[in-house]
Amino acid sequence: MKPIGSVHDIPLGEGRTFAVDGRMIAVFRLRDGSVRALSAVCPHRGGPLADGQIDLKQVVCPLHLYAWDLATGCSLSGQDPVTSYPVRVDDDQLFVEV
Amino acid sequence: MRQRLVVIGNGMAGARTVEEILARGGDFDITMFGDEPYGNYNRIMLSNVLAGIEDEAGIFLNDLSWYAENDITLHTGVRIERIDRYARMVYGSDGSTTGYDKLIIATGSSAFVPPIKGAHVPGRGYHQGVFVFRTLDDTRAMIRYAKEHERAVVIGGGLLGLEAARGLQNHLGHVTLVHAAGHLMNTQLNFQAGKTLQATIEQKLGIDVVVDGMTTEILGKHAVAGVKLADGTVIDCDVVVVAAGIRPNTEVAAVSGLVVERGIVVDDHMRAMDEEDIYVVGECAQHRGQVYGLVAPLWEQAKVLATNVCATNVSAPNVGAPNVSGTNVSATNVGGTNVGGTNVSATYHGSQVSTKLKVAGVDVASMGLSQPERDDDELLEFAEPKRGVYKNVIIRDGRLVGATLVGDNSKAMALIKAFEKGLPLPDNRAELLFDLGGPAAEESVDDMPDDEQVCNCNGVTKGALKACVDGGCKTVSGCMDATRAGKGCGTCKPLVQRIVEWANGGSVEEDPAASYYVPGVPMPKSELMAAIRRHELKSVSSVFATLGGDEDAKSKMGLASLLKMMWAGEYVDERDARFINDRVHANIQRDGTFSVVPQMKGGVTTPADLKRIAEVAERHGVPMVKLTGGQRIDLLGIPKEKLPQVWADLDMPSGYAYGKSFRTVKTCVGSDFCRFGVGDSTALGIALEERYQGIEGPGKMKLAVTGCPRNCAEAYVKDLGVVAIDGGKWEIYVGGAAGAHVRKGDLLATVSSPEEVIVLTGRFLQYYRESGNWLERTYAWVPRVGIEKIRAVVVDDAEGIAAALDAAMDAAVGAYRDPWKERAEPATPGQFRTSLPLTVLPQVPVRA
Ligand code: SRM
Ligand SMILES: Cc1cc2nc3c(=O)[nH]c(=O)nc-3n(C[C@H](O)[C@H](O)[C@H](O)COP(=O)(O)OP(=O)(O)OC[C@H]3O[C@@H](n4cnc5c(N)ncnc54)[C@H](O)[C@@H]3O)c2cc1C
Ligand code: SF4
Ligand code: FES
Repeated sequence: MKPIGSVHDIPLGEGRTFAVDGRMIAVFRLRDGSVRALSAVCPHRGGPLADGQIDLKQVVCPLHLYAWDLATGCSLSGQDPVTSYPVRVDDDQLFVEV
Repeated sequence: MRQRLVVIGNGMAGARTVEEILARGGDFDITMFGDEPYGNYNRIMLSNVLAGIEDEAGIFLNDLSWYAENDITLHTGVRIERIDRYARMVYGSDGSTTGYDKLIIATGSSAFVPPIKGAHVPGRGYHQGVFVFRTLDDTRAMIRYAKEHERAVVIGGGLLGLEAARGLQNHLGHVTLVHAAGHLMNTQLNFQAGKTLQATIEQKLGIDVVVDGMTTEILGKHAVAGVKLADGTVIDCDVVVVAAGIRPNTEVAAVSGLVVERGIVVDDHMRAMDEEDIYVVGECAQHRGQVYGLVAPLWEQAKVLATNVCATNVSAPNVGAPNVSGTNVSATNVGGTNVGGTNVSATYHGSQVSTKLKVAGVDVASMGLSQPERDDDELLEFAEPKRGVYKNVIIRDGRLVGATLVGDNSKAMALIKAFEKGLPLPDNRAELLFDLGGPAAEESVDDMPDDEQVCNCNGVTKGALKACVDGGCKTVSGCMDATRAGKGCGTCKPLVQRIVEWANGGSVEEDPAASYYVPGVPMPKSELMAAIRRHELKSVSSVFATLGGDEDAKSKMGLASLLKMMWAGEYVDERDARFINDRVHANIQRDGTFSVVPQMKGGVTTPADLKRIAEVAERHGVPMVKLTGGQRIDLLGIPKEKLPQVWADLDMPSGYAYGKSFRTVKTCVGSDFCRFGVGDSTALGIALEERYQGIEGPGKMKLAVTGCPRNCAEAYVKDLGVVAIDGGKWEIYVGGAAGAHVRKGDLLATVSSPEEVIVLTGRFLQYYRESGNWLERTYAWVPRVGIEKIRAVVVDDAEGIAAALDAAMDAAVGAYRDPWKERAEPATPGQFRTSLPLTVLPQVPVRA
């Protein structure tokens, strides 16, 4: 797993994009404190998923409001899935596996 | 013993007929045979699957569980090869024999491939790069192959060929359409319409079109290398799709001794000629000399057939023993005639068909004749080739007998209706082709007859939708699933929605979820507001925790807006509850950049401000500077991380072009300059914008003030529009719209001073903010609540809440802060950090 920054880089309930080994990864900090990581580019028309709104289950892309499951990357609205990446917090540090 | 019903063909007509039989309570042991390895799917949508607009999964109409649930034995991948009419048996390609009491033949059609040299490889079927377009397997194979190749030729310029050509463009670079006749869609269109369509197809879609092109040979031995036309022309290609027509599948009927001409001949009861127990439906049927190639007639046939086959089975609701003698008493009489008080079975009289082309951006609709046939046929014709528009109507004895629309389908619905029903036509015939002003053409749902067809793909009427709602289905999507309305080409979806809403009308019948203010908290707005007040919930997360259970992303924005309205300065702002636009105070665009629109009150600016905007645009290399429809200037294409700097350099207030909020007040020059002006519209507009800037609400609020009834600022069609009239008075119109909906506002009040306008505007907006549903614009809210009620509350204070409304609005105005001031320090970590380069740009090498 690679360290990518502090969990405090991400406001509670929002997402931020990180470049990891040439990949763009959107990391979300859920309101229950857990974190999730998905590929940052919306498979629909390339929307920035990190700019989407989230809850404990899904992220809603800001461009056309399709939704993806934060844990699995599966689409909840019949689109292609996005890659989901293992991510964890250790001592306030974010680690992601690509 | 139950009667055995066997159906040959598990396509659109066969499966629909079985559904109609089940709906009539038909009590049969049903066995279906389908040549294809699937349940029944929507063949029409193969065009969309090819074009990448629709997923395969989305086109299934009856999946395998449907057959199981209804106790239907389905044999997929089995072809029926012969019927023994005397022994009442069918023989399958798998060696099976199955007995029947009633038989339905619904074998559809197959693609017709003209004799072209090289199309077939002896012993192997089609040449490997040659495809037809009829089944899901055809479509899959075509997509797979096309993706790996570059140039396609489509043979056939009818509906199917055009849709195939368009769809193929989704998978490979170059498509040529070769059509044997002199113009495209020659069965539906006249020469001029076909030529107009051709120009559009070539210019707009970039498909090469060859007419008068008779394909004689497909070239290439192992792989396709091109096609050769009769005149010797060779067109290079590596994929060929043949869409040159269809032929009814009649072999099984013919070898079994049924009467077959072009199709299997049926009588008006949809029974095979001279057969008591064999019925035929769909494209394989020939009725009164007609064979159809579209779905609408199949639905009508299916109903008639189902009624008749059930009538021979069940004579009365409570009779246990099946009535095998064949008395003609039908349970539900669809299209039946009523003779001497006895219901006799239903009859089919043929269908009037209309067609639409399903190619995005290319509108074609046609029905009936394409040109006059008799000397006294009336012809109205309009052509504007430059815009790709051709329209005509043909009238005989006062009835519409044909119409063509190319490039402009706005009149299609009305024409199809007039054509199918033989409705009386307007005296001013031009109204058939154009909207000539006057009241909006959109028909009210209330006035539509129950039997009017809403979904022309799946044959669903207004009555059927209403019945579905009455049967307990309260959501639009639920009704669409249950009736299939809107699940064909999709053009009727808005109408379906209106009808379901209408049928749901009145609070009693409404589905509770539809009345929730947001989906994630099960309460309508008034109840929700009361609960929020009772528990003093000032943040979105506290609302979920106290009232809603789980947090719901799709509800956050609506709740944030509501809480801000209710608590003004006391609202606890959680940034994750905001939509991205409201997090960064700009409107997100298709490439993830943002647009910046500075405030320009009333559309009035100064040379100094213009200079500043120009300098900023230049300094930051703004990709586009544009005047908006809201009378201000838009800087488009600004990356997120640059927003704070752009605002700092502009040093102007935000114009709020991104929120569900008060947007603009458009004005005209008014009495200060205009020779007709009777009121200072500019000053009043500026004052209104100054006061109500940025106030959030359930939807956007767009205003205008205009200096006289000439209405240059379009005040009649605004959420709130003010019109100066002679005598120093001002009219206030509310609930107007000229966006996706067009509606003239209702007159709320006529007042004598700008001050009164400002007060009533605030009160009206506050009343809307408190009672409008999330995302419900005033053009929907005003008619829902009713202008009389609104006037009573806002103008006459009939409910005694005017002072409270005014006070709440005052608080909101007082709590307003210009969001663009929030720029020196980000409100959250990484507030303006880029979320991604959407189109990944080539990286400039960085030197160490
Ligand atoms: C910039 C502008 C077009 C222009 O170049 O002129 C514009 C741009 C957008 N409009 Fe508009 N509208 C603009 C004037 C209008 C007008 C005319 C007006 O305001 O006088 C209308 C008709 C009046 C009305 O609001 O109904 C208008 C009716 C719409 C609608 C339809 C609303 C409806 O319910 O009928 C939408 C869609 C929506 O709100 O869901 C929309 C949505 C949009 C969005 C925000 C689409 C979106 O959700 O991203 C566009 C943002 C484009 C971008 O990339 O920034 N825009 N839009 C105009 C900005 C005006 C301004 O200065 O604020
Ligand atoms: C790409 C495409 C787009 C279209 N677009 C439109 C449109 O926009 N609007 C419109 O109105 N129409 C459209 N159509 C036409 C529409 O799909 C047909 O009118 C409709 O499917 C006909 O239904 P059917 O049941 O008669 O035939 P089918 O749907 O073809 O069903 C017949 C079924 O019977 C099976 N079968 C045949 N013989 C046997 C046998 N001996 N034993 C067992 N099974 C057998 C076949 O395999 C097939 O599955 C389109 C067609 C295509 C191919
Ligand atoms: S009309 Fe409005 S919403 Fe549509 S493309 Fe133009 S700006 Fe965008
Ligand atoms: S780009 Fe994400 S939903 Fe369209």
